[in-house]
Amino acid sequence: MKSKYRTVGTVAPHESAHLHVSGRAQYTDDIPEWQGTLYGAFGLSERAHARITKLDLSKVRSAPGVVAVITVEDVPGDKYIGAAKADEPVLADGLVEYYGQPMFAVAATSYDLARRAVKLAEVEYEDLHPVLDVQEGAEKESYVLPPVRIAQGDMEGKLNAGPHRHQGSFYCGGQEQFYLEGQVSYAVPGEDGEMQLFASTQHPTEMQLMISHVLHQPSHTIKVQCRRMGGGFGGKETQSWQFAVNAAMLAQKTGRPVKIRADRDDDFMITGKRHDFRVEYDVAYTDDGQITAVKFVQQLRCGYSADLSGAVADRQVFHSDNAYYLDTFDILSLRVKTNSQSNTAFRGFGGPQGIMAIEYVIEDIAAKLGRDPLDVRKLNFYGRTDRNITPYQMKVEDNVIHELVDQLEKTSQYRERRKEVDTFNANNRVLKKGLSLVPVKFGISFTLTQLNQAGALVHVYTDGSVLVNHGGTEMGQGLNTKVAQVVAEELGVDLKHVRSSATDTSKVPNTSATAASTGTDLNGKAAQVAVRKIKAALADFAADHYGCDAAEVAFVDNHVECGDKARVPFAKFVQTAHANRIPLWSSGFYRTPKIHYDTETLTGRPFYYFVYAAACAEVIIDTLTGENRLVRADILYDAGRPINPAVDLGQVEGGFIQGMGWLTAEELWWNDKGRLMTHAPSTYKIPSVSDCPAQFNVAFFENNNREDSIYQSKAMGEPPLPLALSVFFAIRDAVHAAGDRKAVPLMDAPATAECVLKALESVGGCPASKLGQAVEVAADHG
Amino acid sequence: MTQRHTVSFYLNGQLHTVVPESPTQTVLQYLRNQAGLVGTKEGCAEGDCGACTVTEASLEDGQVAFRAINACIRFLPTLDGKAVWTVEGLAAQGEPLHPVQQAMLDYHGSQCGFCTPGFIMSMYTMYRKGQVRPSREEVLDNLSGNLCRCTGYRPIIDATMNMGQYPEAEQALETLKQQLQELHDQTQAPLFIETADQTYWAPTTSSQLAQLFNEHPDATLLAGGTDLGLMVTKQLKHFSKVIYLGNVADAAAIKEEDNHLVIGAAVLLNEGYEALAKQYPEATELWKRFASMPIRNSGTLVGNVANGSPIGDTAPLLIALQTRVVLRKGDSRRELALEDLYLDYRKQDREPGEYLEAIKVPLRNPAIKVATYKLSKRIDQDISAVCSAYAIQFDGETVASARIAHGGMAATSRRAYEAEKALVGQPWNEQTVAAAMAALEQDYQPLTDMRATSDYRLQTARNLLYRFYLESSGETATRISTEVV
Repeated sequence: MKSKYRTVGTVAPHESAHLHVSGRAQYTDDIPEWQGTLYGAFGLSERAHARITKLDLSKVRSAPGVVAVITVEDVPGDKYIGAAKADEPVLADGLVEYYGQPMFAVAATSYDLARRAVKLAEVEYEDLHPVLDVQEGAEKESYVLPPVRIAQGDMEGKLNAGPHRHQGSFYCGGQEQFYLEGQVSYAVPGEDGEMQLFASTQHPTEMQLMISHVLHQPSHTIKVQCRRMGGGFGGKETQSWQFAVNAAMLAQKTGRPVKIRADRDDDFMITGKRHDFRVEYDVAYTDDGQITAVKFVQQLRCGYSADLSGAVADRQVFHSDNAYYLDTFDILSLRVKTNSQSNTAFRGFGGPQGIMAIEYVIEDIAAKLGRDPLDVRKLNFYGRTDRNITPYQMKVEDNVIHELVDQLEKTSQYRERRKEVDTFNANNRVLKKGLSLVPVKFGISFTLTQLNQAGALVHVYTDGSVLVNHGGTEMGQGLNTKVAQVVAEELGVDLKHVRSSATDTSKVPNTSATAASTGTDLNGKAAQVAVRKIKAALADFAADHYGCDAAEVAFVDNHVECGDKARVPFAKFVQTAHANRIPLWSSGFYRTPKIHYDTETLTGRPFYYFVYAAACAEVIIDTLTGENRLVRADILYDAGRPINPAVDLGQVEGGFIQGMGWLTAEELWWNDKGRLMTHAPSTYKIPSVSDCPAQFNVAFFENNNREDSIYQSKAMGEPPLPLALSVFFAIRDAVHAAGDRKAVPLMDAPATAECVLKALESVGGCPASKLGQAVEVAADHG
Repeated sequence: MTQRHTVSFYLNGQLHTVVPESPTQTVLQYLRNQAGLVGTKEGCAEGDCGACTVTEASLEDGQVAFRAINACIRFLPTLDGKAVWTVEGLAAQGEPLHPVQQAMLDYHGSQCGFCTPGFIMSMYTMYRKGQVRPSREEVLDNLSGNLCRCTGYRPIIDATMNMGQYPEAEQALETLKQQLQELHDQTQAPLFIETADQTYWAPTTSSQLAQLFNEHPDATLLAGGTDLGLMVTKQLKHFSKVIYLGNVADAAAIKEEDNHLVIGAAVLLNEGYEALAKQYPEATELWKRFASMPIRNSGTLVGNVANGSPIGDTAPLLIALQTRVVLRKGDSRRELALEDLYLDYRKQDREPGEYLEAIKVPLRNPAIKVATYKLSKRIDQDISAVCSAYAIQFDGETVASARIAHGGMAATSRRAYEAEKALVGQPWNEQTVAAAMAALEQDYQPLTDMRATSDYRLQTARNLLYRFYLESSGETATRISTEVV
């Protein structure tokens, strides 16, 4: 079907690609520096939980190059801030609650001198007991926010009724965002208390508000700007605040520009990560594998403060069904306080964690029954017309999971490859293969309803060039490219005439974070509204000026068509309009319709629509060492009508590989003192180029968003990430095969080689462990 | 001897002659803070992410050698006599993009773009090396030091494999050769830099080097700097005296001498491993997995041995192969078996002023079966949890001699004497191997850390020996790497 659009739906390079490849894309640390710029660094706690009994900074103050030192005593306004709850001290307030917590900040004449100076502090602590383990925290009922539970049906009755019942638990590690560009903020003081902040942040408005609170100044004195980030992934949603707020305080104190750019180790030590969690489950199911009742206890490690943990934990609850209908359920979510970095947003935001648990249960059921997990999955899918109410009481109206999974099953040749894998496994002792096909249903919208709003500002200049500004931030996801496509489409001009400018709180105010996969949905719509307002004024003008009907005016092919009265080049047309005193610019505002939800009961319609997707992964494992590798991945993704298939493909592939890192290699490891020991790429291993499978097939599922989203597209950011669960479960499938498909493998995540070897042992799948027993080995080899 | 006090190199085609602020100032600091070239990024400041990758060219035996290096941990004075390109040097503003840039753009290889300049420079290096139409395997090897968090790599791999489809870029190799030759002629005299609290020498002959180190035994010897660099950027260490051996021409030689491969102190990891892999193809996988391409282009093989880290990947194999080290102090030399060099954690049988001049690896003895295995969380650029090596000679079906060594199992790379004992004189069968596997427990009490637990290390050390047995008995399909490309 030929598209009726000329720009939307077509491939365009990322708007900054030519700058990226030539090194001319400007990131915060690349902005030419003002004269007299100072450089900030933090002094970090070396205890996980302690009272500070002495903080002698005299040597820090007298260190070479040091211009200012601040502690919590120097905070002019609010000493405690936070995204959802003001429980985070700007700098440690007599107490440290994690190893790496900033206790004081320094501004010095060079980056190096600032870093050297902070090492000179003399600190004494009175140690307190640290809670370092999520299970210990849960047992002690140590929470950052109260537990939340949703339940329905006669749980005990159903669990006992059988015919089958199964219980288990597993642990899944967290994940560091590892944006390639670390956290950085550059504060430049202006006249009359004004403060301008250049920051790598997903949430300029929140940075503005926090600085306003901490400096005790009205918001109109604070301006925050972000042209682009070198990656965010959630890590710069709230947690850019440490850098933003302290840079602003140091700038205010010294009257000089101050830049805080975190060294990679400090970035790891200070900021929070994806929530690691433990799940206990209890499930009853029928002879063919249909779930009749399921109970989850979700223990999330939130770290020392609330931050976004409440919303993350809610989203985990909201995704505990994934694509499956649950009739009788009991989901208890514990937001555990631990003495570690405050865990925060990370692509998926609890969704992948929720999905993982139900998929784990499905896999267990299949293993117990000796059925193919795909068959058990299909049996439990939401119905199209019945069995379609989620645990949070939202009706699933746009379900395409049946068709989508059927299609992927065929295109990935799942059944044929299942047989090939079985044959391979029968013929190989050391190496085993595994295969898994995992569906994903992902809810789109911020669960907190008020965040689902956006603003945009579109300027048409008299030469016909167009500048668009909106509240979203560009972190590589191609938001600016897609919004520019929307604007170009609406105005009927070539994309090259539209430019996106830096996100700026003084242009579009009171914005939400760029998060929850909503960037294009919200800001694309807001920009569309702005353009349509401009067009309406122009159409009225054209009717008046050229004598046509306003409804006939069309913006096509870089021209404005006024019925059969005139066809004027766009630039000439807007010049004429301007000469006739018609406004060529407008703001636009958008709020997502239909959504609502009760934060107490966790019921309502938290999501505008769902994204559906599925992935099929094939892996190979080494039963001597547990090493594992993805051999092939096939993905089918419902992007609605994708706005930019190239940019959108990048989101799917990148999200999948990032998810694979979470589930297979990226291990956060704290020592027994609560110190994070994996705090740089030398010790924390994100996927590298050899981890990309040679066979990687991604396709978009033909579908229109049934809701009125921007050009019927669907969100792209987060849903690809949990598709990587297919890799995890393929590994578990290989382990299961190594144990001759007898015992159900016990396997935690990430599935590092060590973790896989342990899982292999749990099913007796290590050939070397059988040594000494009567095993026929070298007989065939002469 | 005449000495020079300024560092001279070409940067994007322009000659830079500078007095470094400090001899341990990094190339990246110079680029970003002094030269105003902010296209090159800092992602980690420890040579692990590749955002700082630049291309280095040097004249070697009349040919120009191109290498991708990490600017973040390379000290500025080590560029003396060389040419360097950063991403800004590929196409001036308004000019058409270089083919590698155009390919990256057309294949949608950038998202946030922060890692992109580093990838571009790894690709550009391939282009200049003549790998204009590379295989997938070559691409993976050359991009092994560049992390990208956005794309998942597929479009970057495609861009690199297809960069040869564009009209070829002007290479101007002759001009470059001439520039490097002139620079070479001017930089023959040793470099000497003195600041308020640091001294730096870059001698050009072995005897100068030996004499300097003998006179200043408290100096730090700098080779590739892939470890020292991050001591400066990460631990903020101050080195008051540094002697750089990278300009010592005769230290960069690889020779065959009385049945040994002799590898000099300045031989880079890539060149050293290449020579080693010619004798021992079993070392090829270890070579490709020994850090990343840019690290292997800066670091030296002997430096890795001299560093003596318990998790260094070179030592286990070299110990198994009966490598000897040549120690030099002033004009006197002595030789040691490599395993005798390592006394304890970071403690070596080395006197003040004495340094490793070379290592001597026996040439291939066809009667010996050899293998070396590396275990780490990631394929590329990762530090081993366990690295094992085996060299076993048979007399018929009986084990005549056995040398087994491991990294990651003890405070130094160490031989498994008990396991060796369990094998020697025994028939090469499963029972014997099981006994040797059990004996490994007497050889090692490994530590638990973020890379692996003690139990896992011991268990896999056993299992790797079992793998060696299976492979040596002809079993195939025992390693993922041989099954999957």
